[in-house]
Amino acid sequence: MKKSILLLTLLSLFFVGCSSTPIIEAPKPSDPFASDSDDDKDLDLASLRDSNNILSKRSIYFDYDKDVVKAEYKDLAAAHAKYIVAHPKAKMTLTGNTDDRGSREYNLSLGQRRSVSVKKSMNIIGAQDSQIETVSFGEERADTNCKDDACHGKDRRVDISYEKE
Amino acid sequence: MKKYSLSMLKIFKTFVLFIFVSFISLKASAIETIEISGGGTKQINIAVVPYKEIVGDKVANNRMHQIIAADLYRSGFFRPLEVDGLINKPSTLSEINYLEMTAIAAQVMTLGQVEINNNRIKVNWFLVDINKKTILTTMEFSGPVAQYRAIAHKISDTIYEKLTGIPGVFSTKISYISKIKGRYSLNVADADGFNAQSVVGSPQPIISARWSPDGKKIAYVSFEKKKPIIYIQSLVTGQRMIVANFKGNNSSPSWSPDGRRLAIVLTYNANSQIYLIDPDGSNLKPLIQSAHIDTEPIWSTDGKFIYFTSDRGGRPQIYKVSSSGGEPQRVSFEGSQNLNPNVSPDGKILTYVMQDEGRFRIVLHDLQTGQITKITDGPFDEAPKFSPNGHVILYTHKINGSGELSTVSIDGVVRQSFNITADDIREPAWGPLVN
Repeated sequence: MKKSILLLTLLSLFFVGCSSTPIIEAPKPSDPFASDSDDDKDLDLASLRDSNNILSKRSIYFDYDKDVVKAEYKDLAAAHAKYIVAHPKAKMTLTGNTDDRGSREYNLSLGQRRSVSVKKSMNIIGAQDSQIETVSFGEERADTNCKDDACHGKDRRVDISYEKE
Repeated sequence: MKKYSLSMLKIFKTFVLFIFVSFISLKASAIETIEISGGGTKQINIAVVPYKEIVGDKVANNRMHQIIAADLYRSGFFRPLEVDGLINKPSTLSEINYLEMTAIAAQVMTLGQVEINNNRIKVNWFLVDINKKTILTTMEFSGPVAQYRAIAHKISDTIYEKLTGIPGVFSTKISYISKIKGRYSLNVADADGFNAQSVVGSPQPIISARWSPDGKKIAYVSFEKKKPIIYIQSLVTGQRMIVANFKGNNSSPSWSPDGRRLAIVLTYNANSQIYLIDPDGSNLKPLIQSAHIDTEPIWSTDGKFIYFTSDRGGRPQIYKVSSSGGEPQRVSFEGSQNLNPNVSPDGKILTYVMQDEGRFRIVLHDLQTGQITKITDGPFDEAPKFSPNGHVILYTHKINGSGELSTVSIDGVVRQSFNITADDIREPAWGPLVN
């Protein structure tokens, strides 16, 4: 029940977000002979690598059995969303992960739900689906030696990565 | 207890046995009925006497009976008796001492001779009813010596079918995924875990392997391109092709009983949803659409339904839907969550993983009566798959984060772990019964 209300709230935020977001300029036609330096120029890769820049932070953590992006990660998600809005050639992958309890396929789906949740929080800021792929590794990267929930907590996350970085 | 070459034996008798197929009465015409003496058990006491082995003209170590006894034990329907202490170890009919066999409570016995000459093997063997003092089966099997284990499995199959009326699965193949030093491998092996061969290896995970109904191909999910993509690989030629590589995840392939369609799970940029696709990657269409997680589709034996796992009711539970789509119906109700379903070959029983009191256990769900039977103890048992005759379930049992390939008889009485050297074993599957 709570979850569905939350989902509705998220969805309505999403629609509000869409309508109030300024239209983004269409990307320039891509140059088939573009070199790495063109990528650097188009994608500002330095900002992704700069350890002082929030964009160098790439993991969003979740509570047990939850897919809600917690308040402490809103700025991080927003920064990456603004980055792809500003860099229309950038391609982002959101990879969901879970701990190793339950079946592998179901955990793949749970991890996916988390990456979709992060994507939706980015859509609110204007990030376009065409620049984002949501995938999941499920429990495949989980620490299989966890003894407590603090350890499992490190597995419950979405990792942000970029195509050309 | 005798230690079989295969691995550790574990017998658990503490279960209340709800389901026990009274297999002897099923196909009366084809079966030899063995009188059950002694109470409380449905297992057949069999003396697997060492088959006398002669290589060239020299007496060699007797080995074949060990393979047969281990096969029959693992099935859960036989109790191979301790035979090392027998005074008389017959290898021909005239050498049988029936009094001694009766003394160890044998109901049936098998005996025989193995001759190996010029790289050829010939086995003459017998199955004998101790009470009636009659021959139930006598056969001669021969072939290249490389077929040693295959011939032993063939003998086990013959004994099994003679006494239960149901084909044995000792000559079938299984598959599993191993992880060794960070490298993953999809392996195909004999049903007893021997003769394992790698089908495909990768530094990235492989999951969800499923045999085609003709046993010639395996569909699986590989993360080698940093996301889950579905492949089909031929076991005959080794060639493979991509079935589904759409945006998002591509996972959980399941073959239709006629092998013409696959149920798969795709996400695009949303939650897991079930689709149908041809094995060549064409003719994609959604099966059902929801805002929830729908995954782990498996076809019913008659192809009319698809069972799947969904969180549409909150926690993951098993549902079913017509294979032409429509409104899903919930199937599982007990336990805090249920997932990872698999259907018995006769279509009457589901097995799945039930989380209950913090444990993940393998259960059987009788689809006619609704009866649930917990056949393992957990705490982390996964990925149950019926044998092609429905008598045994292959699954993984996790110990300290590392999976162990295991079998359990469907009455829950006999559980056995395969002794495979790997850091982790996961995602087992059982190949079909093919002639």
